[in-house]
Amino acid sequence: MISLSKVNKYFRSGTAKNETIKAVNNVNLTINKSEIFGIIGYSGAGKSTLIRMLNGLETPTEGSVVVAGKEISKIKGAELRKARQEISMIFQHFNLLWSRTVQENIAFPLEIAGVPAKKRAERVNELIKLVGLEGREKAYPSQLSGGQKQRVGIARALANNPKVLLCDEATSALDPQTTDAILDLLVDINQRLGLTIVLITHEMHVIRKICHRVAVMESGQVVEQGPVLEVFKNPTAPITKRFVQQVTEPEETRETIENLLERFPKGKVIQLTFVGEDVESPLITKLVRNFELDVNIVQGKISQTRNGSYGTLFIHIDGSNEEILRAIQFIEEQQVGVEVMTHA
Amino acid sequence: MLEELLPNINWETMIEATNETLYMTAISVAATFFLGIILGLVLFLTGKDNLWENRFINWIISAFVNIFRSIPFIILIVLLIPFTKAIVGTMIGENAALPALIIGAAPFYARMVEIGLREIDKGVIEAARSMGAKTSTIIWKVLLPESMPALVSGITVTSIALVGYTAMAGVIGAGGLGNLAYLEGFQRNQNDVTLVATIIILIIVFIIQMIGDFITSKLDKR
Repeated sequence: MISLSKVNKYFRSGTAKNETIKAVNNVNLTINKSEIFGIIGYSGAGKSTLIRMLNGLETPTEGSVVVAGKEISKIKGAELRKARQEISMIFQHFNLLWSRTVQENIAFPLEIAGVPAKKRAERVNELIKLVGLEGREKAYPSQLSGGQKQRVGIARALANNPKVLLCDEATSALDPQTTDAILDLLVDINQRLGLTIVLITHEMHVIRKICHRVAVMESGQVVEQGPVLEVFKNPTAPITKRFVQQVTEPEETRETIENLLERFPKGKVIQLTFVGEDVESPLITKLVRNFELDVNIVQGKISQTRNGSYGTLFIHIDGSNEEILRAIQFIEEQQVGVEVMTHA
Repeated sequence: MLEELLPNINWETMIEATNETLYMTAISVAATFFLGIILGLVLFLTGKDNLWENRFINWIISAFVNIFRSIPFIILIVLLIPFTKAIVGTMIGENAALPALIIGAAPFYARMVEIGLREIDKGVIEAARSMGAKTSTIIWKVLLPESMPALVSGITVTSIALVGYTAMAGVIGAGGLGNLAYLEGFQRNQNDVTLVATIIILIIVFIIQMIGDFITSKLDKR
């Protein structure tokens, strides 16, 4: 559905002449039809520029961008405007017209596409039901909550039956509960309409919850990409590890571990990593039954992703050295990742 | 009793002068609104990082606006005498005041329009572009409606300035309340004429302000 090859985007730096900033640096990506594809990176990583190349709001300096069979990086004028009706976008700050009501906002892209008034009204009603905004048709954006505004944004984006939906940090301005509700809505739309969704975010939570595949961006480059669970299992780039930690390790873990290492000079603190099916197997029970060990659970977290679960568990085990080594070997045989923690 | 207090007032001429002032104000406000929006839009759209970014045109319009905004109105009228004579044919009467009024006020209003347009969230324009909107659609359906409260409050301020300008134009022969206050009131030392003309001008200004505030608050759904 979408393919980017050797895409570069340079910006002229404001301060020095002839100095350019590589906002996007040699990016190659293929995104399949009906896929939810996430691009994660911190601000300034180039993801905003990248997603704007998918609908021609930015043009690449080099390389080609093909979306739904059209080379977005080449077409201009009326052809580009027509193509944009098939590639819609939702935004972090919603970008609704404050001067229009909910239904008028949703009707806006239909007006642009030249849909007659009667058909417009019908379509607007359908969309309001789809995003669950019944009863708020006549409200102005200022009377809506953040989540409701984003629902209007989504309805507006879906109005012309697009093939691709681009989400520019669509949940970053929302509270966690509303974020989850909006993400559920996106998944629902993806399944019902078979829409291809590309989203950019700095929150691993969003990737974990709804994406099939993910690309990690750092200073303009895609440093890692693959199915979400794979990336969770074996993050290679340091930045990816940091992102994975966002959802697997509560922030206070590090402190707790330091604390434990000090409190129990004896024994070992071990991090177990579970991926996919193994999450459910009763590992701890087996450890306690089969080994002469004291097992103390320090902290744990299991995250659901679209293609399986991913979890980490920190335990403290104490016993004779041989017994500990045997136990670690046993855990490794269970296809569970083991890492013995030491002082940072 | 009114005649005792205000012995020199000829109400017929007073009403006639009021009508002339209202006429000059109405026509010049309408023309300023129209011209100012066009100039303001061009200023905005040719500005940096905008849809029609063009430094040359932006510079020309900007220079034009700044020059005509800076010339004191009374001097502008005098400067424009040849121009007025050429297009109106006379220097006397309400119509003769119009070119100077419009050329004096439109650049002033154009700047306010530009400021109003700049206050529109860039994201909204980007959203419209992402939907495949043409520039004309963006102008009519995004820029103008989204900046309308600023455009209306701007034209309110400009209208009030224009009432003042008509009085100045009156002094050099354009008719209206300013003309009456100067010729009948000041030069013939009839203070009651000056007083009544002033009160009528104040009433006109208050009414314009009230209407402007009312429309602005009705339009603003933010």
